[in-house]
Parts: sequence; structure tokens; C-alpha cells
Amino acid sequence: MAEAKSERNLRIERPLSPHLQVYRPLINMTMSIIHRMTGAALYFGTILLAWWLTAAATGPAYFNYVSDIFGSLLGRVVLIGYTWALLHHMIGGLRHLLWDTGRGYDLKMIDRLSWGSIILSVLLTGAIWFTQMPGGLGALVR
Amino acid sequence: MKMRTPLKNVRHLGSAHEGADHFILQRLTAVANVVLGIFLVWLVAKLAGADYAAAKALLRNPLVALGLLLLILSGMIHMRLGMQTIIEDYIHGEGAKLAALALNTFFAILVGVASVFAILKLSFGA
Repeated sequence: MAEAKSERNLRIERPLSPHLQVYRPLINMTMSIIHRMTGAALYFGTILLAWWLTAAATGPAYFNYVSDIFGSLLGRVVLIGYTWALLHHMIGGLRHLLWDTGRGYDLKMIDRLSWGSIILSVLLTGAIWFTQMPGGLGALVR
Repeated sequence: MKMRTPLKNVRHLGSAHEGADHFILQRLTAVANVVLGIFLVWLVAKLAGADYAAAKALLRNPLVALGLLLLILSGMIHMRLGMQTIIEDYIHGEGAKLAALALNTFFAILVGVASVFAILKLSFGA
């Protein structure tokens, strides 16, 4: 590793292997990136879960204060996004578990699984927020 | 001359001192998270718009508390491993990488312990 850092080698413009930008974007590439992004979003979003549980453990006044924040327009938009990220990451993860068994690798199937995950995650998010959340997505639209 | 002890050969772990643990633990927690994630969606939907007394009563239910504890345990392991992969892929400076990996572990433990404490306080507290 020491010689790679020497001044002589640093000045050489080395050829780089083709990277993402030389490829036409494919749906499975996009899905791979979305899987990472939703994973990272869920990671930081766990703060919301910890905050909400802490509020419930603190007392009625603080719980109502936090509930009002989550119930606000911005709060609901964030929670809808969180719901979608969770479902998309979950369905995408099931796809990865299928691939771990060595199945589902032909190109048509990969495209179908990718689009299926996107459509299913959006539909399920809509279904949950329209039917299960009082004053949820339904109230946003109405 | 062979420098490896017989135990080293049996373990097959090499110089990284770990084998497929990361891969297997990520998948194992993924499977658990499918069930526990659906449980969380159910719980949040059930509690949406509920007043404090109703929320507290449901969160104190032993089965709900157990589900939440398991979700937090499995979720924190899973997300720490996932973020570790992201850090190792995108942060190349050795110092920055070590710092990010340490922060990653601290974050997962902090969020996890804070959540567990809240659940236990709800379950056992006055």
C-alpha cells in the first residue's frame, strides 16, 4: 500500500473502470439504490419510534404534544413516507431473500419483481392510510 | 512452516476474524423484521388518534410490549449491519470510516436502549 501513496504514482492519471453513469438506468439498478435509501431513511426514522415511545412513557401532556406533531400535516407526510419506506424495504427484502435461494434471476423475472415491489408498496401504503388511519391520507385528500 | 493452529483451521475465519456472520445475521433479522414490521404497522394503525389512556393501556399489554422489544432488538441489529455496509461502501478515508462505524454502533444502541427503557417503564412503571 505504501508505494501507491508515493508522489510519483499520485500524478499518473489512471484509467478508471466504467461506472454507473455509462449505463442506461435499469429498473433493478434503481431498485437497488432505493433499497439503500429506504434503509437509511428507516435507520434515522427509528428516532421517531424511540421519541414516540418515550413520550408515551413520560406522561399525558408530553404524549399529546408529540401526538399533535405527528398528526400535523408535515407529521403525516413524514409518517406516510415512513410507511412507504418500510413496506418498500420489506418487499424488496423479500425479493432479496428469494434471490438468496438462487431463484428469480432470469431478466424478465427481475424486471417483474422490481416493478411489482414498487407498485405493491405504493398500493399497500395507500390502503393502510386510507382505511386504517383516522384523519390519515383520506383526510389529506378530502 | 504452517503458522496456523489446528483451532484456527477448524474455525475457518481468516484474518478478519469473522466468517459469514454479517450475511447470516442480516438475513435472519430480515425474516424476523417482516413479521415484526407488520406488527408495528398494525400497532401504529391501532393507536392512531387514540388518547393517552388508550395508548398506554395497549402499550402495557404484555404481548404488545414483547412484540415491540423483539422488533427493537431485531431492528437495531439489522439496521446497524445495513448502515455498516453503506459506510464501508462510500467512506474511504480510514479515520472517517472508523469514526462513522463507531457512531453507527452508538446510534443503534442509543435508540434501542431508549426505546426499551420506555417500553419497560410503560409496562412496570406507575
